[in-house]
Amino acid sequence: MRRLQLTKSDNPATIRCMNSSAGKKRFGRGLRPFAALPLALMMGGCITVKAPDKPIVIELNINIKQEVIYRLAADAAQTIDKNAEIF
Amino acid sequence: MARTLIKARFGIKARFGSALTALALLGANPALAQRDPAYAAAREAGQVGERVDGYLGYVGTASPALRAVVEDINIKRKAVYAQKAQANNATLEEYALTTGCVLIAQTKPGEKYQAPDGSWQTRTAAAPQRDSRCP
Repeated sequence: MRRLQLTKSDNPATIRCMNSSAGKKRFGRGLRPFAALPLALMMGGCITVKAPDKPIVIELNINIKQEVIYRLAADAAQTIDKNAEIF
Repeated sequence: MARTLIKARFGIKARFGSALTALALLGANPALAQRDPAYAAAREAGQVGERVDGYLGYVGTASPALRAVVEDINIKRKAVYAQKAQANNATLEEYALTTGCVLIAQTKPGEKYQAPDGSWQTRTAAAPQRDSRCP
């Protein structure tokens, strides 16, 4: 029973597929030249994609959070002062 | 001044004592701990600069001697970062990056530093270009 249903459910998919191709047929021969009209309108809208002026920066340390940096900043400044010969 | 005072008070024993005082002063006063002359010269000449990640980097190609100086400093820095990171419950990278933020902010006009995009910049009187997460 179930198997039958499963096989049945297969059918609509094929039908839908056929429908879509059938849908295209709805454009009559006379309308066919206008099928590209929306495309032409979009081109007229002129969407330009510009390359960014600045280089794209990939943050390697993206997992380091700002709050951590803020927490450590005062200690880091002290460390620099205390170890001035290597900084 | 302190030395003569101690000498006057404690006589022969003061020699050892004054040496200790001097050592203590050296540790406490950062002004007394100075940069290696080779490092100081390279830094001034713009051959080395502060990297974003908290380590020293060479701008362009470096001589083997300069490279050795930079590597030596970076190893020492890493050791300090590791110790401090552990004390602050942070990772080595977090502590190093934070120190990098501070170091770049502390560069003097004319010195080199690395911008977030990886390029080398010369510090001017204006604020340096830093990572957006820097305090």
